[in-house]
Amino acid sequence: MILFSNNTSSRSKTDRYFSWSLRVLALLAASLLVLVIGFILRESWMALTQVGLSRFFTDSGWFPTEHSYEITPMISGTLLAACGSILLAAPLGILSAVFCHFYAPPILGLWYRRMIELLAGIPSVVFGFWGLVVLVPLIAAWQPPGPSLLGGILILTLMIIPTIMLIAHSSISQVPTTYIKNATALGLSRWAVIWRIVLPVSRVGLLTGIFLGLARALGETMAILMVCGNVIQYPSHIFDPIRTLTANIALEMAYALDHHRSALFISGLLLMVLVIIFVSIAEVLRHKSPYVVAK
Amino acid sequence: MAALTFLRPFLSLSLLVGFLCLFGPFGVWPLAQAQEGNLVITGSSTMAPLLLEIGKRFETRHPGTRIDVQTGGSSRGIADVVNGLADIGMASRTLNPQEKHLHGAVVARDGIGMILHTSNPIQELTNPQIVDIYTGRIRNWQQVGGHDAPITVVNKAQGRSTLELFVQYFKLSNRDIQAHVVIGDNEQGIKTVAGNPNAIGYVSIGTAQYDASHGIPIHLLPLQHIPASVETVRAGTFPLSRPLTLITKSSPTGLTKTFIHFAQSPEVHDLILQQYFVPLQN
Repeated sequence: MILFSNNTSSRSKTDRYFSWSLRVLALLAASLLVLVIGFILRESWMALTQVGLSRFFTDSGWFPTEHSYEITPMISGTLLAACGSILLAAPLGILSAVFCHFYAPPILGLWYRRMIELLAGIPSVVFGFWGLVVLVPLIAAWQPPGPSLLGGILILTLMIIPTIMLIAHSSISQVPTTYIKNATALGLSRWAVIWRIVLPVSRVGLLTGIFLGLARALGETMAILMVCGNVIQYPSHIFDPIRTLTANIALEMAYALDHHRSALFISGLLLMVLVIIFVSIAEVLRHKSPYVVAK
Repeated sequence: MAALTFLRPFLSLSLLVGFLCLFGPFGVWPLAQAQEGNLVITGSSTMAPLLLEIGKRFETRHPGTRIDVQTGGSSRGIADVVNGLADIGMASRTLNPQEKHLHGAVVARDGIGMILHTSNPIQELTNPQIVDIYTGRIRNWQQVGGHDAPITVVNKAQGRSTLELFVQYFKLSNRDIQAHVVIGDNEQGIKTVAGNPNAIGYVSIGTAQYDASHGIPIHLLPLQHIPASVETVRAGTFPLSRPLTLITKSSPTGLTKTFIHFAQSPEVHDLILQQYFVPLQN
């Protein structure tokens, strides 16, 4: 499709050359993804064939140096941390976008958005370091040991609020003003306009933001590594430490050999699968929008 | 201007070519083999900073040589030497029986010490007490004479030589250890204990002694009544200590031999002390 659709109406040579070089670049970017997946598959092949995928779900615990490779506690850890942070960050992000667009005075709204943009630019290792020296001791004083699922959820929430808020804000801003004017003319309160008109109409954008946030939460490594405790277990409550798939790779990759190394690539493969599942869900939900936006 | 318009279509093409020129060599670079005057050293992350410094001094003393130091853990260092990927491996543990055919030269010693927060009144723990704490049989500091507070057990991630040595010394099995926090490197361990008054962990004595003397609220525990310090590690009396060894496939020759002799000589003792390791007495 990319290569053959003749979608440029211009007949000038310049445009033709330009669109062809763009096609080559697009192909290059797309083939990178295929290469990455291929590489992960190749590296995990040893574990897949010699250990077997089923053992990653049935072994008794993750002790790769003793040839035991149970990975399910880390899948649960990844999902719990990511979904927990979405539960906090989605309402916070969307509501702050609503505040920014409808309630805040323009000056405050502008500065508020600038601040959130700045938050988006903070490197994750800084969040992690802050979590390790400030957040974790606070949790430890309240409910030891401190590094925990809660710590991970809070740090991830901080990290994905900007993604969700900024995307929500831009999709709320795109709601046609005629909708809002008409609704106001009909005598609806500001909250009713937001709740019944603005949010449903911008649903696609909100969902996109949430799933992008979720993807970032799933893939986050450094910050999570520093605040989650990295103990491999199913947490019985929110103060228990957990280990995520990403932290598992980062902690052990430098020291891993043979099957152990290959098993870590399985962690990466499963992470890819999780991300693909969530992106697919997002795609399906997008097409189920209850209102059709007239442009 | 007309010339510029003519050039425009080639802009993205030249970008592409530029990209290939930039990243092309990366594909070849890691395959570069050791040449004359060039030594590749891989292995223990504990030893890498020391060898980096020794390598720099060696390069200035022997112009035309290049010492390339890479980390990845003791096991990787040994594997790289066996597979011929490195000239010298760094191992911060003693060799396994199946690795005994390799040639090892000890350059320094390192000790592993138990650390607690300074506000923790405990001054000494017996070996069985430490084992009980790490296996979850003792869960409160009160049981060993401290405050009424739950113990936070800090352990290292699988594959680290510090964990291996710890487990070996206390005759533990990885499965029995009931950790609350699993950490990667020494500094993360020290920050974790410094941030939690009820935590117990184990790290390199050199690093811990340095941090403790620079205001970080941790203290080292003696083991079997022997204080954990650089001095007792040097004397070889501290029980939980390890040799830092340079590994070669066979008896070293040529540049490798010159380098290993240099690393064992008193000329680098100041560098070893800088890294809070303990030089051997010659």
